[in-house]
Amino acid sequence: MSKKELKTVKPDVNWREITPGGVIDSSGNAHLFKTGDWRSMKPVWNTEKCKQCLLCHPVCPDSSILVIDGKMSDIDYDHCKGCGVCTKVCPFKAIDFVEEA
Amino acid sequence: MAIRERLSGNEATAIAMKQINPDVVAAFPITPSTEVPQYFSAFVADGTVDTEFVAVESEHSAMSACIGAQAAGGRAMTATSANGLALMWELLYIAASSRLPIVMAAINRALSGPINIHNDHSDTMGARDSGWIQLFSETNQEAYDNMLMAHRIAENPDVMLPLMVCQDGFITSHAIENIELLEDDKVKAFVGEYKPQYYPLNKETPIAVGPLDLQPHYFEHKKQQAEAMKNAKKVILEVSEEFYKLTGRKYGLFEEYKTDDADVVVVLLNSTAGTAKYVADQFRAQGKKVGVIKPRVYRPFPVDEIAEALSKFKAVAVLDKADSFNAAGGPLFTDVTSALYSKGVFGPKVINYIYGLGGRDVKADDIEVVYNKLLDIAKTGKVESVYNYLGVRE
Repeated sequence: MSKKELKTVKPDVNWREITPGGVIDSSGNAHLFKTGDWRSMKPVWNTEKCKQCLLCHPVCPDSSILVIDGKMSDIDYDHCKGCGVCTKVCPFKAIDFVEEA
Repeated sequence: MAIRERLSGNEATAIAMKQINPDVVAAFPITPSTEVPQYFSAFVADGTVDTEFVAVESEHSAMSACIGAQAAGGRAMTATSANGLALMWELLYIAASSRLPIVMAAINRALSGPINIHNDHSDTMGARDSGWIQLFSETNQEAYDNMLMAHRIAENPDVMLPLMVCQDGFITSHAIENIELLEDDKVKAFVGEYKPQYYPLNKETPIAVGPLDLQPHYFEHKKQQAEAMKNAKKVILEVSEEFYKLTGRKYGLFEEYKTDDADVVVVLLNSTAGTAKYVADQFRAQGKKVGVIKPRVYRPFPVDEIAEALSKFKAVAVLDKADSFNAAGGPLFTDVTSALYSKGVFGPKVINYIYGLGGRDVKADDIEVVYNKLLDIAKTGKVESVYNYLGVRE
């Protein structure tokens, strides 16, 4: 079985071509739905204060605390909805919570 | 050679389901549809069908189980009435918008309250905007025949919508009538196999069903659903034509009885059409030109065909076995009059009678009242009252 090419449900797809009933006919494409623009409050990572304890990583409901080789590397603003849980859980106040510009 | 039998409407429905042999039946008992899953569960227990019977704890679960089974790629069926149908409400919409061709036997009963177990159409009329195809049946034979045609219509790739076959609770569901059954092998060949385009258990093309569908796409999905309902009309006629070749029994979008030279007609659904035909015969014997139009297909509503058919009459009475409580007329009346208006047919005077609610007996005398009123309107051109209750005690 060959792996199917990843399909995107394009924003401008018309009613004739859209999949029936909203069926998503391929897997692994949730990241293509960018939810970052829902955000009104924004977490800002302060690398000076961060001790790399990674308590923020498991509590993020949007998998937006990015980790490389066991270390926090960035915040994924394409998908972070700005819930602020990471800012609350941080023992070092290393994540500020500011209004979106 | 067809099999001559005598069966109640519920028995005939259960036998149709046995011959269809669906993958899953999930149902909960409610009068007067109880016998359908009851008879069917006997077929399951006896091993005469391959069906998985899911004995659920409510109708909400019955429809949920059908949705799950159908979405997984199976053929799912159920039966219900009145408050059972009402408890399925949100799932009816989900089944239709997810484009799952589930088939239901809807045994019409008055929707509470006050609580009443007898026949009217207030249950399925409430579901008329849910996106289900609705076929109505005058007799046990029609209920059986509609059920045999149901999957072919619902599962057509241009349609893919759920379908309910309606018949009158007790009046046809529990009355035993002569019936012609098809042989099992002929039904099997006619109904065929269900081959869905998408289903999650297909390992070649895994999918996700029922996703969040927001402003960018929901509207396109609704348009697609509306087009599917439009397509259903053509498919119903094609399947009915094929069924006619197989059985000799002819079905269209609606039946016209003695309408060729009629001055006035009544338009009504299900079993009371039989009473109306009897009264039409009596009036015809006296030289009065009356007829009957009995819609079989209520969703999709045959707007063009109904408007065309009614355009030649002087007066029309639409009889509704349910009220809309819009202070203006019943659901069938609203559909008929809007069809006439939208097609620019302004000739016939059209009135509405709400009749037989909660199983109130509708006799030949009642239909005579309607025909006499129509003949009077045809003569004088005067309509005193549009929205009426037929035979209610004043």
